[in-house]
Amino acid sequence: MKRLLAVALAAAIATPAAADLVFPSLSYRTGPYAPNGIPFADGYADYFTLMNERDGGIGGATARVLECETGYNTTKGVECYESTKGEGALVYQPLSTGITYQLIPKASADGIPLHTMGYGRTSAANGKIFEWVFNYPGTYWDAASIIVKHILNQEGGKTLEGRTIALVYHNSAYGKEPIRTLEVLAKKHGYDLMLLPVDHPGQEQKSTWLQIRRAQPSYVVMWGWGVMNQVAIQEAASIRFPMEKFIGVWWSASENDTLPAGQAADGYKAIAMHGVGMDFPIYADLKTHVYDKGLAAGAGDQHGSVLYNRGMMAAMLAVEAAKKAQEIHGVADINAAQMRDGMEALEITDAVLEANGLPGFMPTFQVTCENHGPPGLGAIQQWDADSKTWSLITPFIAADRQVVDPLIEEDSAAYAAEAGISPRCN
Amino acid sequence: MFYREAGEFKTSYAADHATFPIRFDFWRFWIIVALAFLVVPFLVTDYWEKAVFLPFFVYALAAIGLNILTGYCGQVSLGTGGFMAVGAYGCYKFMTGLDIKWDREVDGQVTEVVLIDLPGLDIVSSTILGGLCAALVGVLFGLPSLRIKGFYLAVATLAAQFFLVWLFNKWSWAYNHSATGQITAPESFLFGVAVTGPNAPPWATYLLCLGFLFVFGWAARNLVRGRTGRSWMAIRDMDIAAEIIGVNPLLTKLSAFAVSSFFIGMAGALYFAVWQGAAEPTEAFGIDQSFEVLFMVIIGGLGSIFGSLVGAAFIVLLPVFFKNLMVTGFGAWIVAVPLGIIIGVALGALAFQLVAWALRRIAPGAATRGGAIAGLAVAAAGSIYFAGAAHSGLGWPTDIAEHMQIITVGGLIIFFLIKEPHGIAALWRTTKERLRLWPFPH
Repeated sequence: MKRLLAVALAAAIATPAAADLVFPSLSYRTGPYAPNGIPFADGYADYFTLMNERDGGIGGATARVLECETGYNTTKGVECYESTKGEGALVYQPLSTGITYQLIPKASADGIPLHTMGYGRTSAANGKIFEWVFNYPGTYWDAASIIVKHILNQEGGKTLEGRTIALVYHNSAYGKEPIRTLEVLAKKHGYDLMLLPVDHPGQEQKSTWLQIRRAQPSYVVMWGWGVMNQVAIQEAASIRFPMEKFIGVWWSASENDTLPAGQAADGYKAIAMHGVGMDFPIYADLKTHVYDKGLAAGAGDQHGSVLYNRGMMAAMLAVEAAKKAQEIHGVADINAAQMRDGMEALEITDAVLEANGLPGFMPTFQVTCENHGPPGLGAIQQWDADSKTWSLITPFIAADRQVVDPLIEEDSAAYAAEAGISPRCN
Repeated sequence: MFYREAGEFKTSYAADHATFPIRFDFWRFWIIVALAFLVVPFLVTDYWEKAVFLPFFVYALAAIGLNILTGYCGQVSLGTGGFMAVGAYGCYKFMTGLDIKWDREVDGQVTEVVLIDLPGLDIVSSTILGGLCAALVGVLFGLPSLRIKGFYLAVATLAAQFFLVWLFNKWSWAYNHSATGQITAPESFLFGVAVTGPNAPPWATYLLCLGFLFVFGWAARNLVRGRTGRSWMAIRDMDIAAEIIGVNPLLTKLSAFAVSSFFIGMAGALYFAVWQGAAEPTEAFGIDQSFEVLFMVIIGGLGSIFGSLVGAAFIVLLPVFFKNLMVTGFGAWIVAVPLGIIIGVALGALAFQLVAWALRRIAPGAATRGGAIAGLAVAAAGSIYFAGAAHSGLGWPTDIAEHMQIITVGGLIIFFLIKEPHGIAALWRTTKERLRLWPFPH
């Protein structure tokens, strides 16, 4: 309390800080999505703290994280965007597909880049239409395609004729995203698609799983978030659905989702966009420069979890893009437009990962003007309930580009026609 | 003092029927309207537009709508979110060009039958037409009100809420078959200025929504004190008696449902098209919306247009206010100082009551003086502290601030409802009565 008051007093008296690099964090530490929002926000904040403490900022400029609570609510998200954009925000990462849909036109009009890492509007991968939106290292449609590929491999690799895949999804723009791809893939591979929406916040899934019990689909794919994930895994366990045939998207893939089901969650699979665990040299640096100094964000109990790593990865990609922007424009104090140039020229190589203490953490890629969503790779990770750890059980596999690319082309063309945008990158 | 009727004489029926019989009220109202229309548009920024004014106008319109049904006609409704959705989707269909067509197969030849294929309409007509769609649906779901009352009707309207949200998730024609089920408002112009879409300047959307609120608030105020409004109130107060004196319950109840849903539908249309720009049914028009608007009406005051505005302000603005106070601050002294003084004085009044109450037990003679000293001290210190806080924020962690905000707003709701169960409007009414007599209480 005393510390809180001291901080409050200091903040009440302090004047706004001098020019620095502002990274807003539209986080959610409250509400039904907090179990997933907290680790991501902690990882995001801790990485920037590490940059400031260890490297003295990014290229000499201090990074400032502006946290704003959205509660995964679209209205609050927009309020956060409007309240922070005037502070010189460089890039927004709303961690919500609903908020992303709201922000795409607004941020494009305001000239602030949006990085929706593996979420948001999939067709924003088409940089020719979406100048200000990036979704590297992958999209929902990549994820859907990779999951189907994995299922195909499990079933002998030829056809899925006569199989049923059920999609349990959050009944929102987020959960509906993969449907189109899964429908196209159903035609290609011959499986039947069964759609099972779950309404916000996702605590009530009895009827959903009753339907699954009755229809006995061969596989269940989940597009869930927040409490919906843990409830689904518990319900799956209660109808004794085989866990290794239950595959989540990368947002249904954290410890906080599997732990509540205990032993029953053993074998649950999910797609991964990056490595798991604390076995990376960066954690030694985080310990010396952040944790041991008492600067860790939040309660400090999420270190090493999947979503903490993902928050860190989001921050790392932002920092690398900022460095690139500083390099291109020759100034340390970059603005949002320069940041966008940096994001478009971003190249993640093994050397970059190595230098950041994250060797082999994720696949390498190069963003281009046309492609804002490379590389579109994903691995499958599996939960081991005994050791309470995830492990990658496949290498990173590529999405079915012949299916995904035309869909991206089609959807982005529709957006361009609606919003009156002419393609760039010529 | 300044607030009195002495010297104001009514010489005509028109004067007797005036909405603001007291000169002071009349001028205060017009000064606020003039400020809102002529001064604020020059000052409004993106943040104030999106986080403060548009939410307030939209919810005020919805609250007026629900107040007509619940406050004036006595029919409880939990379907507000669903009716807002009808307004929003209706507005969307009219904005993007309403089309009703289907394929007909004759001798193996597939031909497209086009019943209606309108061009896209402007935002004002779309909003009003969206409101009319909602009115139709409202009448339909209002039919059970002829048979059932009270809690049972609330359940029937709850069914409307869930059915409509389900419908807009399922019926792909309603969202123009978009892949994610989202509806996105196309850019539209009014007198050459963008009023929807990302390029709309804040003053334009502000004036549009304010215009809607002003015109329809005016209409509602005059509707409720006319013949229609009196028959609604007659039904509310005792439906059998009303029927005996010749009020037709069918027409009265259904007209209340129609007018109420019309307002709520327009609010939904503005909510989607102007304020948010895009919406998905489950989140934007869920049951939470229905409750939120119902709370506004209850806290503001049932059966009061002014109460609807105050209730909307209370529910919409307090969370934003506390969030700014506890985390980032408003950054402008012109806003921070008055807010700090308001909080300081409120705390001072509380301190006065508490200290005087405590002293009355120990030293009754010094109770008032001691209370006054404590109150003044707290008011002064509180004003300075909270002015600073409102300027640059308290810098609390965002999750603690969010929880504190929920607790504080909840506490204030309970406080106001205990203090005056008939809502803030009633509190305001008694304050006015006292002001008329002040400084002579008898």
